[in-house]
Amino acid sequence: MTLTKLASALTLLSGLWAGATAAQTTEITFYYPIAVGGPITKIIDGYAEQFVKENPSIRVKPIYAGTYQETIVKALTANKSGEPPVTAILLSTDMFTLIDEDAIVPWEELAKSADDQAWMKSFFPAFMKNSQTGGKTWGIPFQRSTIVLYWNKEAFKEAGLDPNKPPATWAEQVEIARKLTKRDGGGNVTQWGIQVPSSGFPYWLFQGFTTQNDVLLMNDAGNQTYYDKPAVIEALQYWVDLSQKHKVMAPGVIEWGTTPKDFFERKTAMMWTTTGNLTNVRNNAKFEFGVAMLPAGKRRGSPTGGGNFYIFKKASAAQQQAAVKFAKWMTSPERAAQWGIDTGYVAVRPDAWQTPAMKKYVADFTVAAVARDQLQYAVAELSTHENQRVTKALNDGLQAALTGAKSPAQALKDAQAEAERILRPYRR
Amino acid sequence: MTKPRAGSDQHVIGWLLLLPAAVLLVAFTHYPAAATLYHSLFSTPKAGRSAVWVGLDNYQAMAADPVFWQSLRNNVLFALGTIPTSMALALVMALLVNDKLRGRAFLRLAYFTPTILPMIAVANIWLFFYTPGYGLVEQVTRLFGAPSHNWLGSRDTVLACLMVVTVWKEAGFFMIFYLAALQAIAPVLAEAAAIEGAGRWYFFRRVTFPLLMPTTLFVLVNAVINSFRLVDHIVVMTKGGPDNASSLLLYYIYDVGFKFWDTSYAAALTMFLLVLLASVAIGQFVLLDRRIHYR
Repeated sequence: MTLTKLASALTLLSGLWAGATAAQTTEITFYYPIAVGGPITKIIDGYAEQFVKENPSIRVKPIYAGTYQETIVKALTANKSGEPPVTAILLSTDMFTLIDEDAIVPWEELAKSADDQAWMKSFFPAFMKNSQTGGKTWGIPFQRSTIVLYWNKEAFKEAGLDPNKPPATWAEQVEIARKLTKRDGGGNVTQWGIQVPSSGFPYWLFQGFTTQNDVLLMNDAGNQTYYDKPAVIEALQYWVDLSQKHKVMAPGVIEWGTTPKDFFERKTAMMWTTTGNLTNVRNNAKFEFGVAMLPAGKRRGSPTGGGNFYIFKKASAAQQQAAVKFAKWMTSPERAAQWGIDTGYVAVRPDAWQTPAMKKYVADFTVAAVARDQLQYAVAELSTHENQRVTKALNDGLQAALTGAKSPAQALKDAQAEAERILRPYRR
Repeated sequence: MTKPRAGSDQHVIGWLLLLPAAVLLVAFTHYPAAATLYHSLFSTPKAGRSAVWVGLDNYQAMAADPVFWQSLRNNVLFALGTIPTSMALALVMALLVNDKLRGRAFLRLAYFTPTILPMIAVANIWLFFYTPGYGLVEQVTRLFGAPSHNWLGSRDTVLACLMVVTVWKEAGFFMIFYLAALQAIAPVLAEAAAIEGAGRWYFFRRVTFPLLMPTTLFVLVNAVINSFRLVDHIVVMTKGGPDNASSLLLYYIYDVGFKFWDTSYAAALTMFLLVLLASVAIGQFVLLDRRIHYR
């Protein structure tokens, strides 16, 4: 009897205590995709501290969860066990996966004031393409990137090319790459003209080619892919031809991770890679380099990439409101500008580029603006329901074509058949 | 003095003594295995669609899944390529550093170093070894005038390249077991053999190697398990590519479970791996145990 009394008294007390603290501070967990240590964690920790200083009723607890892939695994398993993070930065392409798991809430349900509405409209439209579906906004852009072309100006000079004129079209890209490809007496290549990496996530680079060939890979609802459209096959043929026909790019699958190093070592005179490598190239290239928009086929084009803010459904209403406040604070023009300068990501809203800090940065380092200027041609990164499975079908097909195991048409036909099989249930 | 009472009390004590080990075994081995089997017979629960009984559906899907078959084929090749090589190399290295030679401690350390390095770090280093053009491998092959080759980017060489990394990593680990076993062999045997006039090779074949058989079995079982268990380097170096040419079973299970979130199909694949490994291990013990001389 006494035991039950004691227990109920304790429950009451703890309830009161919880209520009291909730009124004082709301704690929000914030999963951020990076491994421990390093300069980026310092920046994020600094942001969290400053936010708490300005908003004493909220406590932000950043949790560094590893790569993007590890972070979503942790977030979704935590969600299944009932204790998800309140907010997290996850890939923009994980949107459908998170919706299908019923893990996140649309921002419209939380950010209702006029001020909030204006904030949600303040981002580059290109970044919102991967953040909205079915008329709702599920992600808020935070660290976003696109693909750009880096070129070695010294190699251009050696080949008798104008070092300030990167290729602007597909034809020029082949022509210039041909002039840049150097072979020794035995016919071995000592310097390739161009390198477009194809390991791990070749679909992202491939979207550069398809967008330039003026074709989309999926619909907005994320339940239909167009892998085997003739224009898509044409785009793959162009990519494959770079190595197999024109012989200006190394054959086989090219490793994403070593591509910047290949560029520093002058194994390739041009490379396609993310704007996120800008700081890396700036620090490590021992020659003058340039950064340009990807060359145009029928049009210019690149997919966007990178991570968005999501808010989890199982968090309490107070926590969700605090998370909205935090996301708004993190994406304010000044902070978006500073974040872009510190990391190389593209500052996510136009007014960030009008801040004094950003203006000064761009004046000193003009190539930083290339990614911004390319945004008007950018499309959404490939993202569907069952995203990773549907994407893998395409990745396998691309690698099969690039290694010569299948023709581009056959590879994409197989990939489309697999994607159809997976996505059919989502069209009912 | 109370005499321990015979009967039920002693049973209780016995069970209590077993309890800690039993709890750990059940919690971390038996329950997960049973739960995996259970989940593999249901559909993957999704928001709004709870799991339903599907019987052997997941296993049928497995039989029809080309990536599964390719991963299995790759894994068998991978096992055949890594196990004998790493074991033979381990034995040779152990014999070498067991002899009295100068710098023995240094040599032992050198052989053992790959084992203590984390696989993720190792894989990142090897990634650059294999880089076409300026990687270490190419720098060597170029001396012999060989043309440049995209080692990890070509489906013909990628699996062999991963095997080399694994052998390099594993051999030192197995060497330790062989070395320990060699040190346990009484020197009188060598002296007796020398008096009888046995040559080094004869002595090895007739005395050392048979005495090492228990160790060989132990190492073999471990090598088989590791060949199905070690996939860290695949995550770093190839992600199973190009076009699944380097996908191994466990890597594919991770893909299905934590990238596709098809957990019940991943459970079915895990059951397959479990049964495969269990039968291989049982086979090894039954077949080889008879031929092994335990002291």
